[in-house]
Amino acid sequence: MWTTVLTAVITITVIALVAGLLLSYASSRLPADRDSLVEKVNKLLPQTQCAQCGYPGCRPYALAIVEDDAAINLCPPGGDETMRRLADLLAREPVALAAGAKQSDALAFVDEALCIGCTYCREVCPVDAIVGAHQFMHTVIASECTGCELCVPRCPVDCISMESAA
Amino acid sequence: MSAPTFDLGYLHGGLRMPRRKDKSNKLPIQHVPVPQQLIIPITQHVGDAAHPVVGIGERVLKGQLIAESDGAISAPIHAASSGKVIAIEPWPVSRRLGGNAPCIVIECDGADRAIELSEPITPYESLSQDILFQKILQGGIVGLGGAVFPTAQKLMHASITPLEHLVLNGIECEPYITCDDMLMREQANEVLGGAQILMYALGVEHCFVAVESDKPEAIQALADAMTELQDHRIAIKQIPSIYPSGAEDQTVQLVTNKEVPSGGLPTDVGCVVQNVGTAAAVYRWICKGEPLISRVTTVTGDGIATPMNVFARIGTTVADIVNFVGGYTEKVHHLVIGGPMMGRSVTTDKVPLVKATNCILVLSDEEQFGNEQPCIRCGDCASACPVQLQPQQLFWYACADNEEKLRSYGLMDCIECGCCDLVCPSHIPLTADFRMAKARMRELADEVARAERARLRYEFHTQRLDREQLLRAQQLEAQKQAASEGGSKAIRDILERTSKKHDQDPGEE
Repeated sequence: MWTTVLTAVITITVIALVAGLLLSYASSRLPADRDSLVEKVNKLLPQTQCAQCGYPGCRPYALAIVEDDAAINLCPPGGDETMRRLADLLAREPVALAAGAKQSDALAFVDEALCIGCTYCREVCPVDAIVGAHQFMHTVIASECTGCELCVPRCPVDCISMESAA
Repeated sequence: MSAPTFDLGYLHGGLRMPRRKDKSNKLPIQHVPVPQQLIIPITQHVGDAAHPVVGIGERVLKGQLIAESDGAISAPIHAASSGKVIAIEPWPVSRRLGGNAPCIVIECDGADRAIELSEPITPYESLSQDILFQKILQGGIVGLGGAVFPTAQKLMHASITPLEHLVLNGIECEPYITCDDMLMREQANEVLGGAQILMYALGVEHCFVAVESDKPEAIQALADAMTELQDHRIAIKQIPSIYPSGAEDQTVQLVTNKEVPSGGLPTDVGCVVQNVGTAAAVYRWICKGEPLISRVTTVTGDGIATPMNVFARIGTTVADIVNFVGGYTEKVHHLVIGGPMMGRSVTTDKVPLVKATNCILVLSDEEQFGNEQPCIRCGDCASACPVQLQPQQLFWYACADNEEKLRSYGLMDCIECGCCDLVCPSHIPLTADFRMAKARMRELADEVARAERARLRYEFHTQRLDREQLLRAQQLEAQKQAASEGGSKAIRDILERTSKKHDQDPGEE
């Protein structure tokens, strides 16, 4: 009778051992599909490209969340909703949103009478939504502006304001 | 060639409703005189608002263009009588979102002088299809059945697909409304003339005029006009009067026994549907040179002294029209623009008649709904739904804001006919909830599309920066290379040159 028990125990142990070894080998040789996860995270982000999270854009933030375990509560434009969805996707605990107000639907507006054509705003725009040549008036393509406000502090003559899209 | 015949298609659900049509179809169509003021909204159609081309103080003539078509889907607007433009300002109108909309206000001089036509009327058979479409567009013709989609754009879109039939929709399934009925009785030749023009424009060989079987006078009038016309391509189809058999997709299904696919258009099954009023408007514009500046509308309800159909200019206020038909009765309670099922309540009779107004309904307070109670999941709404949706499930998901489920349960196919509201024993305003949910979903879809565009633009932006950086690095590398290769020789040359210079003219500095 003892031999039967022993056989069973040994068999199960060997199976468990082999399976464990196989799994550990697989996990080391076949890394998880990080790229598609980054894309999934990126898809949940609002694509404002405002850099309020401390990363230069939504995709870099998505990359940081997946690769470097960055916090999921750093996106003010996405708000609570985005944080919750990220928590769902990544199986992390939901956390309160870090400081930063949720943005309104305001878009950048260049006061064309004041613009000196320095191109500074054009350079910082993450979605190339500002057009204008050097020393000529610039303007914002309203349909492409994400309202990230990055251009506002760059203007040397303070001619950019955020105006509610009506 | 005579038109083929089909068995009538089957319509799921729908309701047999009290017709209440004999109130308003006893009297012939009366013409409303020129009012003192015309208030003409610049958005009377689906799509982009027309762009005003007249200024304040300008004198305009009847039929003159006052706002031009502006955008891919848009229609021009013409002055309905002669007079002076006194304002272009927001004015209360009846439309989906209610509230005010910019209107051109014309003070009429009463002379009703018409503008001379810019080009003489030519027989439509001598025009090419494209020119005919352009001409229809210039006439400001839009679908008069209620959807007010610009007719020219609908025809243009339809003409690039293979087509079999033109369906003229003479079905007024909503209670009370009789304007198409009266139009067919009195102007059947114009309706059929319009059908011929539309058939020519679309290059189709068959036309069905769909009419409910309980309109014998209209059917007789059409049949008489047909005998006169001797056009065997046109046939009358009698349709049972079930609400909402007059909705575009449902009409197609009943007439041709083909179901318009979800999210599709009647052109997907080879049909184009036009309202009979639209056909008559096309005829009047192409053959008589009169743009869409007036229409037949039903004025009815318990709150109206003498219900009837009137032929009124676009821009006449509801108050003027009601005065013309003898004013309100004591029972007047509230005012609806459109039918009782799909119309909109308005709070003032200062709203103008627009191209979409097929009915001015003044109801008494007898027709009230009960209070809303919880859903008991009886399923009556599902058996009444003409699009075979499950309103009880949709209601559930609309309350929970579950966008994914709403989509998979086909909310976007809801035609907002209101059948579910009417059968609901708990008096839940289902259609209103669905309308809100649809608006929310459209908003959300816009946001998603916007985010996707921003993502792509950001990716292009970063790619561009990377490329520029790479280019700069390559240039620098090339310069370094050039310097290190020809370097020593170049430096020697420069040194030689400077020493020579020094030798030639010493001590100049």
